[in-house]
Amino acid sequence: MSTPAAPLPLRRSPGVRVGVSIAVATGLYGVSFGALAVASGLTTAQACVLSLLLFSGGSQFAFVGVIAGGGAGSAAAGAAALLGVRNAIYGMQLNALLRPRGLLRPLAAQVTIDESLATSTGQSDPVEQRRGFWVAGVGVFLLWNLFTLIGALAGDALGDPRRWGLDGAAVAAFLALLWPRLRTRDAGAVAVACALVTVIAVPFAPPGVPIVLAAVVAAGLGWSGGRAGSGHGRVVGADASEGPADDAGEHRGGAV
Amino acid sequence: MSTWIWIGVACVVAYLTKLSGYLVPRSLLSDPRVARVAGTLTIGLLASLTIANTVATGQQLVLDARLGALVAAGIALVLRAPFLVVVVAGAAAAAGLRLLGLP
Repeated sequence: MSTPAAPLPLRRSPGVRVGVSIAVATGLYGVSFGALAVASGLTTAQACVLSLLLFSGGSQFAFVGVIAGGGAGSAAAGAAALLGVRNAIYGMQLNALLRPRGLLRPLAAQVTIDESLATSTGQSDPVEQRRGFWVAGVGVFLLWNLFTLIGALAGDALGDPRRWGLDGAAVAAFLALLWPRLRTRDAGAVAVACALVTVIAVPFAPPGVPIVLAAVVAAGLGWSGGRAGSGHGRVVGADASEGPADDAGEHRGGAV
Repeated sequence: MSTWIWIGVACVVAYLTKLSGYLVPRSLLSDPRVARVAGTLTIGLLASLTIANTVATGQQLVLDARLGALVAAGIALVLRAPFLVVVVAGAAAAAGLRLLGLP
């Protein structure tokens, strides 16, 4: 990697700047995860362990969402695991982009999330790509965990969370995470199909299972897509392989 | 207790998923089918989670203030509101409708 000039000082570094602002926006949102987790019946310690070790917002909300609906722990873990699959794709991209070595690699893996990928791939200079990744990843990690704790403690004092519309906040959060991915007709069709499967399955399957059924349908559509006339199957998957930078640009801190 | 076990399982699986990306040969990423499935899986899961959290209570389908939250969030997103504003709009809609007496 040939850098044309000496790296910019940290205070003027665009990677650091974007990383810090994303970390603040996303980190604050940890409050609602902590509060929702406690409202769903998890303990404060359980909420904090999820933020420390699972550390992937979508998966964490999925886990809590299934539990809140009365679902089994196994279904919660299954939904969380499936929603985290995209992080493997991010890992592949970041490994190619940043080439972390030695002990940095397992550390990089833990902070591989939507925001760190988006911040990193949004930079063109290799030094800034690296700075962006680490500042966003570690920054979100620190603030997300701090505010999860605050949210969990405040959640206890809030009383019935439905009164404060916290269940509505969860609905809005999931829609906001989904929204930037609905840019193509194919993506919209997948979303509608999976929503329908979920609604139809709810009365017949234990809580949590409809989400797994929807995942199976979604994977099937992705696997067979592209043959069925559109010829642009890539479009649906594009957000996983290239698009997250845009997502974060439109909704800063949109998806941990 | 079993909740702790599943939390542990979810955490281990999540970390190994992330790490696996760093260990996989780069050629797999160029398989368009793998990238496509990863994309549709994320979309499908988020769509399912959105609707399940809106209308499901246990195994029952219920229309209540959460539907208002979905609509409010949709409006906020159409208006290109930032993420936090969308979430606050959803919470405010649900809380407001309950204040008006909706379930």
